[in-house]
Amino acid sequence: MEALANVRYLEFGEMIVGPWAGLMLALFGAEVIKIESGFRLDMTRRAGVTAQGGRVAAYIPGQPIPEGMITDTPVFNWVNLNKKGITLNLGKPEGVELAKRLIAISDVMVETYRPGVMDRLGLGYADAAKLKPDIIYVSSSAVGYYSTGLEAKQLGYGPLFRALGGLGYLTGYPDGPPGEGLGRDDVLDGTMISIAVLMALLYRQKTGCGQFIDFSAREGISFLIGDSFMEPVLNNRDPVRQANRDEVMAPHNCYRCLDDGMDRWISIAIGTEDEWSAFCEAIGSPEWTKDDRFRNGSGRWQNQEELDRLIEAWTINHSDREAMEILQRAGVAAVPSFSIDELWSDPHLAERGIFDVVDHPVLGAQPLIKSPCRLSVTPPNIVTHGTMLGEYNEWAYEELLGLSRQELSDLVEKGVIY
Amino acid sequence: METALGGIRVLELCSMVAGPFCTKVMADMGAEVLKVERPGIGDEARRRGPFPGDSPHPERSGLFLYLNTNKLGITLDYTTAKGSGILKEMVKGYDVIVEDNPPGALTRLGLGYEQLSELNPGLIMTSITPFGQTGPYRDYKAYPLNSIHSSGEGYVTPSGTPFRDRPPVKLGGFAGEYEVGIYSALGTLVALYFTSCTGLGQHIDVSKQEALTISCLFDHLPYTMVGMTVSRLMPRIPETGVVPCKDGHIMCVSLEQTFWQRIKRLMGEPEWTQSDWYQDQDSRREHAPEVRRRLEEWASTRTKKELHEGALKEGVALSPFLTPWEILQSELLRSRGFFTEIEYPQLGKVTCITAPYHFSRTSWRCERAAPMLGEHNEDIYCGRLGYTREELAKLAELEVV
Repeated sequence: MEALANVRYLEFGEMIVGPWAGLMLALFGAEVIKIESGFRLDMTRRAGVTAQGGRVAAYIPGQPIPEGMITDTPVFNWVNLNKKGITLNLGKPEGVELAKRLIAISDVMVETYRPGVMDRLGLGYADAAKLKPDIIYVSSSAVGYYSTGLEAKQLGYGPLFRALGGLGYLTGYPDGPPGEGLGRDDVLDGTMISIAVLMALLYRQKTGCGQFIDFSAREGISFLIGDSFMEPVLNNRDPVRQANRDEVMAPHNCYRCLDDGMDRWISIAIGTEDEWSAFCEAIGSPEWTKDDRFRNGSGRWQNQEELDRLIEAWTINHSDREAMEILQRAGVAAVPSFSIDELWSDPHLAERGIFDVVDHPVLGAQPLIKSPCRLSVTPPNIVTHGTMLGEYNEWAYEELLGLSRQELSDLVEKGVIY
Repeated sequence: METALGGIRVLELCSMVAGPFCTKVMADMGAEVLKVERPGIGDEARRRGPFPGDSPHPERSGLFLYLNTNKLGITLDYTTAKGSGILKEMVKGYDVIVEDNPPGALTRLGLGYEQLSELNPGLIMTSITPFGQTGPYRDYKAYPLNSIHSSGEGYVTPSGTPFRDRPPVKLGGFAGEYEVGIYSALGTLVALYFTSCTGLGQHIDVSKQEALTISCLFDHLPYTMVGMTVSRLMPRIPETGVVPCKDGHIMCVSLEQTFWQRIKRLMGEPEWTQSDWYQDQDSRREHAPEVRRRLEEWASTRTKKELHEGALKEGVALSPFLTPWEILQSELLRSRGFFTEIEYPQLGKVTCITAPYHFSRTSWRCERAAPMLGEHNEDIYCGRLGYTREELAKLAELEVV
């Protein structure tokens, strides 16, 4: 069974934030119609995104797609699973008219253009609500729809949100630079949009009313550190970056393990006296429990640098997994700082079945990770590969909107459906 | 005021950050959340700072107060026979339970999903654990530090670090736990929507490890695409990234050619940007050390604010790293209603953040401050469950309440 089978959702916008929001709901059966145009090809359709920044295929916005260019990529595939992609050129009045007809039969629409773009097209919330009074309409942008002044010009990239939102400042070594992030922030903003949509859907179930939701991606990142604003408010000073350290627990760090070609580390955190004795016992240093420096929590915290050095002398002789087994058996919270390759070969994750593969007609078999929301009755499902450009045009324009085959091909000819 | 989730009742059996944030998201939008804490001890977050004047007090923890605003609170030891009986009585009146006990712990108390759903078939139970309800690591322990590192996120942080001998680190603050809270809320809300259509409840198994690893999309992709394992020791985009400036750091996103055309204007078209090699991505990258040095030189005499304002005017993808204190000064965020003043009996008026989504009809609102330990015992036990004050006193004596 699919929890959101009766929800029709229109997705306007590119990159990650908006599409990830649609993905989170499409995995639970929402009918997500993704509106794209070959004249304004999504960056993720043309970039082979890697950690190094990758290469972006040559493409000129406003021009037709070059002959032979592949417009499917692994990242686009992942972020657009289960969706129904159609092409529609909103630069043409007929394109806008067709968008309006789709809005009139939809429950939700999410757009991530710069504030004002949809209004100028005649597709803003006021217009949409005339066509579908109970529509749930989300405008997502870098700093939000109702923003004015110079700051409203903020460009919308995930790493900028992390910097502006405060998470960057709080991540990293105390004496090093603040931490940058790649992509994660967009994903989380997208997930937050999906929960906003669900809350609005629940309200609509109860009252029949839709509404407008103004989402700010920058505020989304601050939402992940909400308690960190209490320090300046209560004590008039900023919290600081503290690497792995904790305010009260020690040991609380990552320790180097046996190298296997990559550097390997295990995270160890000790929160109680029982865990401390069990830890000392397990690593064969029971005398530490009697050492004046480490006898109690505050002593361990005060002397944590010394303690870290002593602990690493033990971990360095074990593989990360070995150290985990030994310490977990003793009831100590110890987990490797897993690298991605370790996760893909991890027996726990394999048994949990988090990995999936979807067949893509152009890209071939694509390995993926399933949604972490495991609902027992309505589990998330990967049904189809990331939608291809215009893959569902016939379905949308003929079946949903009732255009004839001839009308459709005329509109394609005129560059309206492209 | 109308709220999005008014009428939905949630029972929270959680401590610290992930579970309480999941229910906070719902409480802030109108759900009635009843937080259940252990008698005498309460949520572990009560012993976490920041405290005003750094003086610890269980009713003055900034962390606890922020995460538990808009909730009701009772004490109940549901590990006792009497206590678990009371919880069973309560279950009929709730739509959702969010809990973070170790796998199987509630079932051993007769309070597992199977058992409670017999009493209330529409019940949704969201269980949040470090590794999920099944699998070989299900009983493994993990604190928030371990959970971040269990997901792959730690190994790549801080990305591009020059400190090769230092360990990977966690995300700042409790960001990882908040992420888990967001995915837990997502699952719970999907289930609530399904219940609103069909009346059916269900169990939701949230593994922190899985909730955290899904967001490592751009670390998983290089592995699934070409078998490459991303490490924090790999250089990111060498010519830009994080750049120090006069009073802190800025972030540059130079993925697109437009960045280089526009930052050149922002820098005042210095001579080095006129070189042929500057104009093209590949040759520019060959000169990465020089590009980096020149950018740092230019930024070093300018403040975050100057650089950001210039970037906004020129359309350059560059932003300052702001501290929480600096964010609180933002007029824009204030005008958007991202901040609110909450009156806490223990602290007085305190500025807190609201939420990144601003609803036109059912806006974020503060109904009440966070509960003191057992603040609503009388309201709930006497007012709702029909116990007399004498019976409640008796339960308190037995340390059930």
